[in-house]
Amino acid sequence: MIRVVLPPNLRSLARVNGEVQIDVAGQVTQRAVLDALEDRYPVLRGTIRDHVTQRRRPFVRFFACEQDLSHEPPDTALPHRVVEGDEPFLIVGAIAGG
Amino acid sequence: MSKVRVLVGTRKGAFVLTADGKRDRWEVSGPHFPGWEIYHVKGSPVDPNRVYASQCSSWFGQLIQVSNDGGKTWEAVGNKFAYDGVPGTHQWYDGTPHPWEFKRVWHLEPSLSDPNTVYAGIEDAALFRSTDGGQNWEELSGLRGHGSGPQWQPGAGGMCLHTIILDPSNPRRIFIAISSAGAFRTDDGGKTWRPINRGLKSDYIPDPDAEVGHCVHRIAAHGSRPNVLFMQKHWDVMRSDNAGDTWHEVSGNLPTDFGFVIDVHAHEPETIYVVPIKSDSEHYPPEGKLRVYRSRTGGNEWEPLTKGLPQSDCYVNVLRDAMAVDSLDSCGVYFGTTGGQVYASSDAGDTWAPIVRDLPAVLSVEVQTLP
Repeated sequence: MIRVVLPPNLRSLARVNGEVQIDVAGQVTQRAVLDALEDRYPVLRGTIRDHVTQRRRPFVRFFACEQDLSHEPPDTALPHRVVEGDEPFLIVGAIAGG
Repeated sequence: MSKVRVLVGTRKGAFVLTADGKRDRWEVSGPHFPGWEIYHVKGSPVDPNRVYASQCSSWFGQLIQVSNDGGKTWEAVGNKFAYDGVPGTHQWYDGTPHPWEFKRVWHLEPSLSDPNTVYAGIEDAALFRSTDGGQNWEELSGLRGHGSGPQWQPGAGGMCLHTIILDPSNPRRIFIAISSAGAFRTDDGGKTWRPINRGLKSDYIPDPDAEVGHCVHRIAAHGSRPNVLFMQKHWDVMRSDNAGDTWHEVSGNLPTDFGFVIDVHAHEPETIYVVPIKSDSEHYPPEGKLRVYRSRTGGNEWEPLTKGLPQSDCYVNVLRDAMAVDSLDSCGVYFGTTGGQVYASSDAGDTWAPIVRDLPAVLSVEVQTLP
């Protein structure tokens, strides 16, 4: 079970509170986690990565285990502690005013 | 007694304001979608409880929300706006080629005959249509592909398609406007388009009377006379009596011919409204006086409407989609400001009062007149 923390705006959009937990089949990568997340919460499609290009939206970051994974290739395996459910995969809105 | 529902989009959410036909006591519902930019909210003229909203943010992109109970509850529908084919380039601010990229939906225009059909005007400029209540969107690519697309360029707010007018007398005719490309018309339901900018003059482009490149801010028409169009351009208030084939200036005695909004009285097709704004860079009312100007002669002769509006130290803007009229016997006129006020007049503009004073910056105002 993979733990995912959504930013507040996406939590309200998906109508969830706190962390979400999702099953990911096969290797646990950034792409696999996002695919599973969007399957479970279709309203999130297009909000984290572009609908067409599937690239991360510019003001969205991915953190885990105190590392910035935003620029990792999407098919790279996520850290072991995320795979084991010890640490969450954090989807973060970049800090920018407004 | 009839009711009025005012749909307000702001920088930080949507608000629904309701009143009975007297329009003197208002209930405020919201914010809906708090924290999100709501560029536009508009109801179906066929089914007033069907309301569409454009929800977006720089962080998380675009969503489309649909309500089937007049804005009480909402459901997110399709948000995939994929250009038809390889979109190519338009001009950037400095004239260099720039790739077409979807950014947001500026305007939603529900069909006049089918509540499940709705048009979306987007940035970078293109027109999309859904025929299944917003679940799926398809580009009407004849507009972007008609030939002049590579010459279009953004205005300060982005290269947005902000105006969509459906001709009630001819379902195959649609007018649209783009900043900063100009106005376009289709007569075959959106397959082919042609620029309708003859008569516009814009000194900020190399050829002031070019076929495209004009920064049209807004177009309005009265449903009973869809061939008569009124335009607020970056500079100049313009009028066309032949469905946009030619335009002539009707700025007349306005204190400045710059502004964003323009609208037409619900029952008097020669009565029109604008809010003059100081420019090029100030973008607030001249002399700090918020004045709506009304012409009862279809332009050229304008009178300031000030009663109930701040006449000193007012430095707000009124953005292009932020004025609307109701269709009660005594026509109501409404507009919202970047200062968060929504003003209403229940007597065609003679007197004004704020419905609300302290919303986030208002991006759009639409009105539904309900039985």
